[in-house]
Amino acid sequence: MDRKLRDRLVYWAVWLGCASPLFWLVWLGFTDGLTANPIEKIIRSLGDDGLYILIIGLAITPAARILRQPRLIRFRRTVGLWGFSYICLHLLMYVGVDQALYWDALFQDILKRPFITIGMAAFILLIPLAVTSTNGMVRRLGPQRWRRLHQLIYLIVPLGVVHYLLMVKLDTRPPMMFGAVVAALLAWRAINRLAPGRAAPKRRRPAKAEPAATAPPVLGRGGEGG
Amino acid sequence: MIRNAPDLRDCDVTDRNLYLRRREFIGAAAAGAGLGLLGAGAARAALPPARKSPFSTDEKLTPKKDITSYNNFYEFGVDKGDPERYAGRLTTKPWTVTVDGLCAKPSKFYVEDLIKHFPLEERIYRMRCVEAWSMVIPWTGFPLASLLKAVEPTSKAKFVAFETVLRPAEMPGQRQPILDWPYKEGLRLDEAMNPLTLVTVGLYGDVLPNQDGAPIRIVTPWKYGFKSAKSIVRISLVDRQPPTAWNLANASEYGFYSNVNPEVNHPRWSQATERRIGELFRRKTLPFNGYGEQVASLYKGMDLRRYY
Repeated sequence: MDRKLRDRLVYWAVWLGCASPLFWLVWLGFTDGLTANPIEKIIRSLGDDGLYILIIGLAITPAARILRQPRLIRFRRTVGLWGFSYICLHLLMYVGVDQALYWDALFQDILKRPFITIGMAAFILLIPLAVTSTNGMVRRLGPQRWRRLHQLIYLIVPLGVVHYLLMVKLDTRPPMMFGAVVAALLAWRAINRLAPGRAAPKRRRPAKAEPAATAPPVLGRGGEGG
Repeated sequence: MIRNAPDLRDCDVTDRNLYLRRREFIGAAAAGAGLGLLGAGAARAALPPARKSPFSTDEKLTPKKDITSYNNFYEFGVDKGDPERYAGRLTTKPWTVTVDGLCAKPSKFYVEDLIKHFPLEERIYRMRCVEAWSMVIPWTGFPLASLLKAVEPTSKAKFVAFETVLRPAEMPGQRQPILDWPYKEGLRLDEAMNPLTLVTVGLYGDVLPNQDGAPIRIVTPWKYGFKSAKSIVRISLVDRQPPTAWNLANASEYGFYSNVNPEVNHPRWSQATERRIGELFRRKTLPFNGYGEQVASLYKGMDLRRYY
C-alpha cells in the first residue's frame, strides 16, 4: 500500500476511534441506555473518555519509538485535541446542566472541594496546549519553547487521575488502573531520558531515508517533543 | 414460627377496597407497563392488601423502571446496573429473619408469616442517596416498631443492628473486598421505633424486586439511602452503637446517624442540592429529607455536625 493511502487510512481510523465514545453516548441516548440519571452518566462518561484519550496521547511517543513507527507522532495533535474536546464537554455539562441553578455554590465547590479544584486546574492547564497546537504556533514559539510548554501534559494527566480518584465513593480500582498506566508511561520517559547515549537530540532524517530498517534507534526528538 | 404473633383482626374490608383503588392508581402511573405489571403480579405471590398512609408524599412517583435499574447494592457489584443484572441469582424463598438480642422473646420469622400477620401499608417516601440524587418510591411494608414490640425489647436495649444476608455464591459483589461483608447497619432504638421506620416487603404494590433488597429490608426515609439495609436476615437489639458497613469503610465520610442534612456536606461533595431522578436540574435538599416534623425531636440538643 502506498504511504499516502496508508496515512489517510490511519488518520481516519484515529479520528473514528476518538469520535466513537461520543457516537456511543448518542447511541445510548437513543436506546434508553443512559440510566435513570443521564446527566451524571454523561458527565462521567465524558470525563472517562477524555482521560482515556489523553492517556492514549501520552502513549503515542513511546509506541512510535518502540514500534519504530515515527509517523505515529503526527497523531498526537489529533488525539490531544480530541481529549481536550471531551474534557470541554465534560466541564460544560457539569457547569451548564448539573450545577446550572447553583452557580454561587459552584464557585464555592471549586475552592472548597479538592477533586473539583484539581479537575479545574487540569482543565485550565490544558487550554494553552490546545491554543498552541497549530503549526503556526509551533513556529512562533520555536520547537524548544513549544516542547517545554507541552510537557505540561505530564502534570495535567496525573491531575486528571487524582481528580477521578478523589471523586470515587469507594471502589478505587478503576482510577488506580488509570494511574498505573500513566505512571508506566511517565516512567518510560524518565528512563529514556536518563538512559546513556540518548540525551543528545537528533534531527529527523529526510522522509526518503525513513523506512523502518534504516531508522535510527532513537527517533528524532527535534520538533517532536517528548 | 411466629411466637406471640400480634392479633390482627382489623379492617380486612377497608384494606381490600384500598387495594383495588391502589391498583387503579398504579395502572395510571405505569400506564405503558400495565400489561407487564399484571404479568409479573400473576407470576409471583401477590402481597396482601395494603392501606394508604398519612406519611405518604403526593409528589410525582419515580417510574418503577428507574427504581429497579439504578441501584446501589454493592453485594451485586458497584455499578448501578449490576443489581438489576445479577440480583436474579438471589433465592429469596424460603427466607427467615432472626430477631434476637436484648428482648424477652427472641424469634425467627418466615417472611411470608410476617407479611400475613402485620397489616401492610403503602408508604410513598422520598429517598435521598448520599450521592446527591433522589427518588419518590411507593414502598409496601409495616412499621419496624410493630415487629420490635412483638419480641419485647428489655430496658437494656438501646440500639438495633441489622445484618444483610451473606451469600457470595449468589451475590458477586460479596466475592470482592469492597465492604466488610456482611453489610451491617444500625439505628438508635428510638429511631427504630419511630413510626416512619418501615420494614419493607413491596414496591409499587408488588413483591419487592431482588435488586431493591428482597425479600425484606428497612427504609428510613430521613436518612441517606445506605442506612436502609437490604435483604436482611437478622435484627438484633443491643446496648451499644453497632458497627455499620459504610462507617467501617470510611468513618470520616459516613457517620452512624447519616441524617439527610443540606448543611453538613460530605467531605468531598456538597449535600445542599440533589437531582431528583427524571428531572434535569437540581433541587434543594431538605433537612431530614423533609421529614423533620416526624423526626427532628429525636435529635434535640444534638450537634448534628458532630453526629453526622
